[in-house]
Formats: sequence, structure tokens, C-alpha cells
Amino acid sequence: MLRAIFLIFVLQLAGEFLQKYFELTVPGPVIGLLLMLGLLLFLKPSHGSDSGFGQQVMSTANTLLQHLSLLFVPIGVGVVMHLQLLESQLAKVLGVIVVGTLLTLIFTALLFQWLRKRGADE
Amino acid sequence: MSNAMRLYEVWVYLQAEPLFWLTLTIGCYLFADFLYKSSGLFPLLNPVAISVALVSGCLIIFDVEYERYFNGAKFIHFLLGPATVALAIPIYLNWKVVSTERVAILATVFIGSLVAIAFTFGISYLLNIDLVTIKSLLPRNVTAPIAMGISELIGGIPSLTAIITIVTGVTGAALGTFVLDLVRIKNMSARGFAFGLTSHGIGTARAMSRDKTAGVFAAVAMGLSGVITALLLPLVFRLISDLL
Repeated sequence: MLRAIFLIFVLQLAGEFLQKYFELTVPGPVIGLLLMLGLLLFLKPSHGSDSGFGQQVMSTANTLLQHLSLLFVPIGVGVVMHLQLLESQLAKVLGVIVVGTLLTLIFTALLFQWLRKRGADE
Repeated sequence: MSNAMRLYEVWVYLQAEPLFWLTLTIGCYLFADFLYKSSGLFPLLNPVAISVALVSGCLIIFDVEYERYFNGAKFIHFLLGPATVALAIPIYLNWKVVSTERVAILATVFIGSLVAIAFTFGISYLLNIDLVTIKSLLPRNVTAPIAMGISELIGGIPSLTAIITIVTGVTGAALGTFVLDLVRIKNMSARGFAFGLTSHGIGTARAMSRDKTAGVFAAVAMGLSGVITALLLPLVFRLISDLL
């Protein structure tokens, strides 16, 4: 477990380093995600079969992701406590968020479904 | 000294410590998660929204500043970075599915991210929202740290963007299921993909709790749309501001 946590931290740290050094707009943890994915695709540990390090990393990641929602609570509370930042525009901004979000959801789901079907037909 | 005074003293001591706020956060989340699960994952009982409401309620009742609360809750907040890195694992485990759909994935991320920006801009423009707020709204569909970075780059207010981004996440996670049912999209990969692209991490958490395939596609969409939007939005913004 500790070695797995160490690997995750190292990759995030590497991501943060690359972000700062090259002044990228993509945040460190997302670069860390890409590094981790690259590493996994390169080493190809299999799920379930080997009891080694690959397995450890997977079960640690699983534990972290099982309660992904919890990790958004602190910043979410900050949102409620700072709602006054929106002031007079609160209703309009909420309108943009709700309408825009639902339209985008429908659009992307339909587009993805259509493209997948098209790809499968060819 | 009276009993009440004594209790008050202990409270003053405890509320200054991180442990109290950390425990409160986990407690509220466990309760919200219990509600969510025992309702059969009913989307309106989104665990993020419920926990946030419970914790905020406590802070308001006890008149506690956010900074004091965050001093404890930051230990949970910290795990958001490592959890993002950990999202590589479900993507890797489903790489076969992901790579067979790569054309659809890349095309949808590219077009979907642009359309998300266009919707946000169009509606804001129609509602006559001021320019700084529009700038803060534009990157709202990607994960908060990316959105804040973009906001700063194009002249928005990063903290406002953080608020808008979280509300966008909760909105998509809580209402997405209903609208996708309404347009009869049953395919779990398409549903998950839309959740991740539109509502980033909070949408991904919702998708993951409901269906494994949906969760994987949500994670892929979230990661890729974050990268694409970070690259495209500053360019698109230059075009928009030339038009204005």
C-alpha cells in the first residue's frame, strides 16, 4: 500500500513539476494521470493474476476512487460560504449553468452515441 | 465553574483543531452516502450536494469561518490530486474498450468541448451577463483546477470560476440522469462520456457509482476534455473577443 501511494505521489509531483517548469495550462494531477496511464500501458500489469506491485497500485487506486465524492466536499462547502461573490448576477449565472449543462449533456451523449454507431457500421 | 462553561471551553479548544472538522466532513459524507445508496442511487440525493449542505449548515449555525473549517478539511481536499492520478487505473483496465472507440472519443471531446463553450457563451450573451463574469463562466465544464487556470489566463476571476465549476458539476450529476432518460440514451458509455465531459469529477463520481463502463468513459472524457479545453479555450476566447 505504501509503495503504491508513493508511486501515485511521485507521478503527481512529476506532473506538478512539468506544469510549473513548462508553464502548462493543464494542471499537475492531470499530467500525473497521463504519466500513470503511460506507465501502465508500458508495463502492462494484469488485473487479478499477479499479486505484486501492479495489484497493489490498483487496489490503492480503487480505495481512493471509491469515495471520490467525499473529496469534493471541502471545496463545495467553500462554494456555499462564498456565494455572495455572485451577488446580483446569481439568478442569471444559475440559469447559464443549468441550461448550458443540460444542453451540453444531451449534445455530447447524442454525438458520442451517433459516432460510435457510425464507427460500428463501417 | 459551571458545567456549561466547561463544555464551552472544551468546544473552543476542539473547534480550533483539524480533527473536529475532518470528523464532521466524513460523518456528513457517510450519512449522505447512506441516503444516496438506500434510495437506490437517486440522482437528486447527490452525495456531494447533501454533504455540502449538511457541513455548511453546521458552519452557519455555529458561526464558524470557512478558513477554520478548511484547516481541517484540507486533508481531504489534498487527496483530490492523488485521486486524479488514480483515475488512470480504471482507464487502463478498460483500455481495450477505450481504444476501439478512439475515433468517437476524440471527435466527441473536440466537438463537445467547443459546443460546451458555445452554449455557455451564447446563453450568457443572451442574458446580458457582464464580461468578467462571462470569462469566469466559460471554462466551467472542466475540472476545477484546470478551469481556474484558464479563467486566470483569459481575465476571469478564478475563485468565481471555482464556484461556478462546482455548481456545474453538481447540476450535471443531479439532473443529468433525468435529461438523458428523456432523450432516451440508454448506452452506458455515451451517458458516462457526457457526464465526464460536462460535469468533470463530480459527474465522474456519479457515473462511477452507478455503472462501471459509464465511470470509465466519464474518466476518459473528463481527462481529455480538460486537456483539450485548456489548449483550445484561450484561442477560442481570442476569436470571441475580436467579435465583441
